[in-house]
Amino acid sequence: MSQKPSVKEIEQNLIDDFGLMDNWEEKYEYLIELGQDLPEMDAALKTEDRLVKGCQSSVWFDIHCQDHKVVFSADSDSLIVKGMVAILNEMLNGQPAEDVLKADLTFFETLGLWHHISSQRSNGLTAMLAHLKLAAADCLE
Amino acid sequence: MSKDILSARNDFPILSSQVNGFPLVYLDNAATTQKPQSVIDAISNYYSTINSNIHRGNHTLAIQATDAYENVRKKVATYINAASPDEIIFTRGTTESINLVAYSFGEAFVKPGDEIIVTQLEHHSNYVPWQLMCQRKGASFKVVPFDENGDLDLEILADMLSEKTRLLAVNHISNSLGTINPVEKIVRMAHAAGVPVLVDAAQAVQHTLHDVQVIDADFYVFSGHKMFAPMGIGVLYAKEKWLEALPPFISGGNMIDQVTPEKITFNVLPFKFEAGTSNVADVVGLGAALDYINSFDFQAIQAYEEDLLDFGEELLSTIPGLKIYGNPKRRSAILPFNIEGIQHFDLGILLDTKGIAVRTGQHCTQPIMDALRIPGTVRASLALYNTREDLEQLAHGIERIIRRIRS
Repeated sequence: MSQKPSVKEIEQNLIDDFGLMDNWEEKYEYLIELGQDLPEMDAALKTEDRLVKGCQSSVWFDIHCQDHKVVFSADSDSLIVKGMVAILNEMLNGQPAEDVLKADLTFFETLGLWHHISSQRSNGLTAMLAHLKLAAADCLE
Repeated sequence: MSKDILSARNDFPILSSQVNGFPLVYLDNAATTQKPQSVIDAISNYYSTINSNIHRGNHTLAIQATDAYENVRKKVATYINAASPDEIIFTRGTTESINLVAYSFGEAFVKPGDEIIVTQLEHHSNYVPWQLMCQRKGASFKVVPFDENGDLDLEILADMLSEKTRLLAVNHISNSLGTINPVEKIVRMAHAAGVPVLVDAAQAVQHTLHDVQVIDADFYVFSGHKMFAPMGIGVLYAKEKWLEALPPFISGGNMIDQVTPEKITFNVLPFKFEAGTSNVADVVGLGAALDYINSFDFQAIQAYEEDLLDFGEELLSTIPGLKIYGNPKRRSAILPFNIEGIQHFDLGILLDTKGIAVRTGQHCTQPIMDALRIPGTVRASLALYNTREDLEQLAHGIERIIRRIRS
């Protein structure tokens, strides 16, 4: 299996992809498409203790540590949040724990998606990233 | 001669703006209404011409500002048909009005073993203050449930009312389902049991009957910002006998008569409940908002909004997979719904990309969402400046989203 590109490389590719969209509707539709392509999470894993609860949507994260890499599966009842999960999946899944710890929300900020959604204090994006970082910290121990 | 309702739209500058490149379709009026130019001008003119602190100064501006402020108190009294302007207390909004009553009434009249009744249809602002007061006072907190249509179960209310009940708090219109509660009947039931009633009219005062003497409410509360006035100004109406009997909530300047180290006596009504410097500019704005509403025939507003609601309900019902919540005997200006397979949050964000503003979530009514066993709804809510075109835009927007997501 070939080496996964770095977080920054993947991020730049995604920013370029989204840059092709003219308006918010297209950006969200693309985000939703990415979410729809996200590998299915095992329904048995959608338990209360794996829930990262946002105000308006539920997100489940199942996170493991493998060879100092962060590996996870996730799902959400919101198509848009699921799209954001897909972005996190693309960028961070299988990445070395130290890189996950350094990850920020540049992608979402660059696209304005972050501002647009975070103002509704509801998507739990910060909480999702915090979840991944906590697991990454455990992974380094 | 009353103004034509269809011309109302032109009075609100924000309604001709663009959002995300599309003409704004504003359907979040239950959260807050937009402001007509006359209200915006009134606030600006106040600061440009007569700004001064009220009730204390004896210079010209202080007198003019005091007059402007007290005139609005009279306008409010007239609008809700209070027996006297002294029964009108200015607050920051509905929430503060309810907290004032919950605190002051609790201090004066509630003891361990007593009961306070609210309903399952309440906004958190007419729920939590009573819950906290019950905790402080060792009283029981009772909740009247609603039925499958979204109407309150008045038989259960009748059973709950007893000699232990100290107060009943109920909204006139549910902000979440739009149910118009039969408050006149509810007040009659409570009064027959010797129980005073607080009516939360935040969603009602601009849409339906708002005569406190007909409703016979002991306390009647509302916010300016949901009736075209600025944010940060609200009203507590209470029958004079209650205002005389209740201790002050917030203390300080303006609300006292005599102060010595040994003794305080309070100012007369309504000043006993208006400590500190008042929000004069926004009171003036509230006055302009009342003038604005009064420039229409109120019955014509009601008829127009009812027609609009019926139109919207029918239009949305034709969308496959769309479910409207509640089927109350009477509904006002609020359409709560969900679409099968699309989360409310997603729908709100996607509608926003087309300039359509709706509210999504729990609407500060978790007990209602729990009863319906749903995480939230999309809520479209109307005001007199909305049109059938707004609702058509909403329906088209929803259909487009459904098509795109399901394709």
